[in-house]
Amino acid sequence: MMTTSVLRTDALTKRFGALLVTDSVSLDIREGELHAIIGPNGAGKTTLINQLSGELEADSGSVWFGGADVSALSIHQRAQRGLLRSYQITSIFEDFSVLENATFAALASRKHAFRFWQPMAADRQARECAEEALAATGLANRLHVPAGDLGYGERRQLELAMSLAAGPKFLLLDEPMAGMSVQESTSVIALLQRLKRQYTILLVEHDMDAVFALADRISVLVYGKILFTGTPEEIRNHPEVRAVYLGEEEAEA
Amino acid sequence: MTSLLSRPSSWVPLLVLLLLASVPFVAEATGQTFYIAFFARIIIYAIAACALNIALGYGGLVSFGHSLFLGLGAYAVGLASFHGVGSGWVHLLLCLGACGLVALVTGAISLRTSGIAFIMITLAFAQMGYFLFVSLKNYGGDDGLSIALGSRFGPVDLSSATSVYVAAFVVLVLSIWWLARLRVAPFGMVIRGAKQNARRVSAAGIPVVRYQLLAYVMSGMLCGVAGLLLANLNAFASPSTLAWSVSGELIVIVVIGGLGSVFGPLMGALVFLGLEEVLKGFTEHWMIIFGPLIVIVALLGKRGIVGLLERFDARPTPEATTPAPVDDTATARHAISAAKGSA
Amino acid sequence: MSSTVVLAQLLNGLQYGVLLFLLAAGLTLVFGIMSFVNLAHGSLYMMGAYFAATAFQYTGSFGWAVAAAMGGSLLLGLALEFVAVSRLYRRDHLDHVLATFGLVLFFNELVRIIWGSQPVFLQVPEFLSGAIDIGGFSYPSYRIAIIVVGLAVAVGSWLLINKTKVGMLIRAGAVNPAMVAALGVNIRLLNAMLFAVGAMLAGLAGAMAGPILSVQSGMGESVLITTLVVIVIGGIGSVTGAFYAALIVGIVDTMGRVFLPFMLRQVTERSFADAAGPALASMLVYLLMAVVLAWRPQGLFPANR
Repeated sequence: MMTTSVLRTDALTKRFGALLVTDSVSLDIREGELHAIIGPNGAGKTTLINQLSGELEADSGSVWFGGADVSALSIHQRAQRGLLRSYQITSIFEDFSVLENATFAALASRKHAFRFWQPMAADRQARECAEEALAATGLANRLHVPAGDLGYGERRQLELAMSLAAGPKFLLLDEPMAGMSVQESTSVIALLQRLKRQYTILLVEHDMDAVFALADRISVLVYGKILFTGTPEEIRNHPEVRAVYLGEEEAEA
Repeated sequence: MTSLLSRPSSWVPLLVLLLLASVPFVAEATGQTFYIAFFARIIIYAIAACALNIALGYGGLVSFGHSLFLGLGAYAVGLASFHGVGSGWVHLLLCLGACGLVALVTGAISLRTSGIAFIMITLAFAQMGYFLFVSLKNYGGDDGLSIALGSRFGPVDLSSATSVYVAAFVVLVLSIWWLARLRVAPFGMVIRGAKQNARRVSAAGIPVVRYQLLAYVMSGMLCGVAGLLLANLNAFASPSTLAWSVSGELIVIVVIGGLGSVFGPLMGALVFLGLEEVLKGFTEHWMIIFGPLIVIVALLGKRGIVGLLERFDARPTPEATTPAPVDDTATARHAISAAKGSA
Repeated sequence: MSSTVVLAQLLNGLQYGVLLFLLAAGLTLVFGIMSFVNLAHGSLYMMGAYFAATAFQYTGSFGWAVAAAMGGSLLLGLALEFVAVSRLYRRDHLDHVLATFGLVLFFNELVRIIWGSQPVFLQVPEFLSGAIDIGGFSYPSYRIAIIVVGLAVAVGSWLLINKTKVGMLIRAGAVNPAMVAALGVNIRLLNAMLFAVGAMLAGLAGAMAGPILSVQSGMGESVLITTLVVIVIGGIGSVTGAFYAALIVGIVDTMGRVFLPFMLRQVTERSFADAAGPALASMLVYLLMAVVLAWRPQGLFPANR
């Protein structure tokens, strides 16, 4: 059975001056899979994500999405095609309400916004997508709260809800559980479990419990290079990976 | 409708509009016709402030060059009238065309930068316009250009203060109404979103700069309309309309009124020009008080007069503060322990 | 068009450019390092001219006039920085614009109250009132002096920025202000110093320009806006950029005003050339700015490559 590749990179390389930050990275994310990227701090995870989302241009190599070469496309163009990302450092609209944030995301990815008279809230389709996404992330009864008034965990939830509301074909999640309490993380893990088959997801995370609970395949990124890609089982038992990254977890397991 | 009237931040400005509507009648009746021109000027500046509010208040684009569009609108009337063309439709077309084109070009260039550079560049372009009109000796140059033919729109002729007043009032009401709708329409949400977090707007799938440019163009065109009305009121077009200080005054008006609010431009224009008039009555050196006063008032808070009125609005009912429980934590825990267990 | 006219106008352009540099050097660093939009820089230039004119009236000595201008502007700059500007660094650019706009209005009115609305007279000093013979034509000594002083300041600032420790901090601050502060440098002192030195140079420019232009309320603003154009073309935060851009703008503006109408007259009919010539000449530096921005938005010599 042939599973189609949703996101593929071909020898992606990026330098900042003399520093090689992304070292010929070739990834292949299959449809319906939840692929995690792990690696020590400074491995270049965020830089890699930025090249996938379009915010950073690679020096060489290419990014393929849905079978088309999107390397030259800007972030908004990739978002229009369904390649959506969430941010490690929460990036929401503080002055808008929770519902407005999600409705904005729902509207923005689907159509243009050159409408000057009817309120955005009157767009039924966008509103419904927004409400659905907010319910899924547990913000159903915080709809009219200004986003700036939300607690940290709720902001992360909103961040995720905005990506969902946009109806993505592919989700790039940059440390969605960063800074969350145990309870909050648990609910996000549960959410991602539910979303797994519906969406293709690339997850960058430090939370090892989450990664091993959710991932179909894991890639280990060290000094900008993919050391190894495999199932959680294979990763656990890979000696080099254990040495580089999981060394200190030996005692726990 | 009742909720609208119960909030001071709504009914105070609406009352102001109602009072302004009565000015021509009261002034005629009491013979104090000077006030028609005085309030007409306030209304025109309110329209210009509405225009700037789109770019600055909604979009966060600090344009220190809107006097350019005010001047272009005025000279559209001036130049056309000079060449014997009195049709208001031609004046309007020239005004919108010139302002739209200039805003498109200068906006496109200015938007290649941001922050400090953007402010300086918009200031520079307005100054360029100022020097251009000063150097056009054939059209009055530094002395300005008298306007013999007011704009004629069919039976309506903007050659008297009263007719300009009525026209300006109508334009103001329509502008405010549109601004209120625009604020929550998709386009308005995009540029307001861009002001808060431009990166997020891009990530959501919207080409931010394109929208900001359109906002800038719309802002320029509406400001030009204010200029057209101003020229008709004064029967004069002058390069001093393009002075950099006029751009600064417009910014102050928008901020004093309440940055990004619907009624801010109206309230700001009223207070700014009203205060100026009051201070002028006291001393010829009124600017020495006015200058620092502007600074203090503007720095105190950009929510301005409207923000102040909003403090008197009734408090909304408090939201539920507990987040909705997600009930499959058991599933998650099971998955985690299963993954751990298989090690 | 004789070569002497061309040469004379070239020197005029150089002189104007050097004045612009004096204003731009301080301002570009304030923009680049403190990220502060200082529209009141023109007021410091104006105050310098007024200080000079007043000192000259009382002492009859141009030397004292210049000293008064530089000293007065330095003190005024320090006072402004301490009282108002330092409180505004953390605020957004709109607040800077509003505050300094209010200051401009204040100072313009202040000089009207103290010195009246009529222009104040500042005389070219005796020993510079003659002319120097350059390759067959005579050019005013005073203007040569301005060029010399300006170039000296340029060399001095180059030495300061590239050869001293303070200069290193300045260069670092232009590229990454946050890092410099985080490294424990007394950023308060550095900022105050920068602002004050910029004010002093503006005062010097005002004193030197006084005899040539008229000293009156509002004289700062048009030259300020041209200074902003210089900074944008040169690159915000770059003193080198400010130098080259100032010379370019000074020469293009001066020669453009003289030669553009003349050149237009050769190719189009007289009435059109006489109308359009001055108009285009006045717009020339802004068109130059627009072209530079369209091509390189970061300026010709940006501080961080």
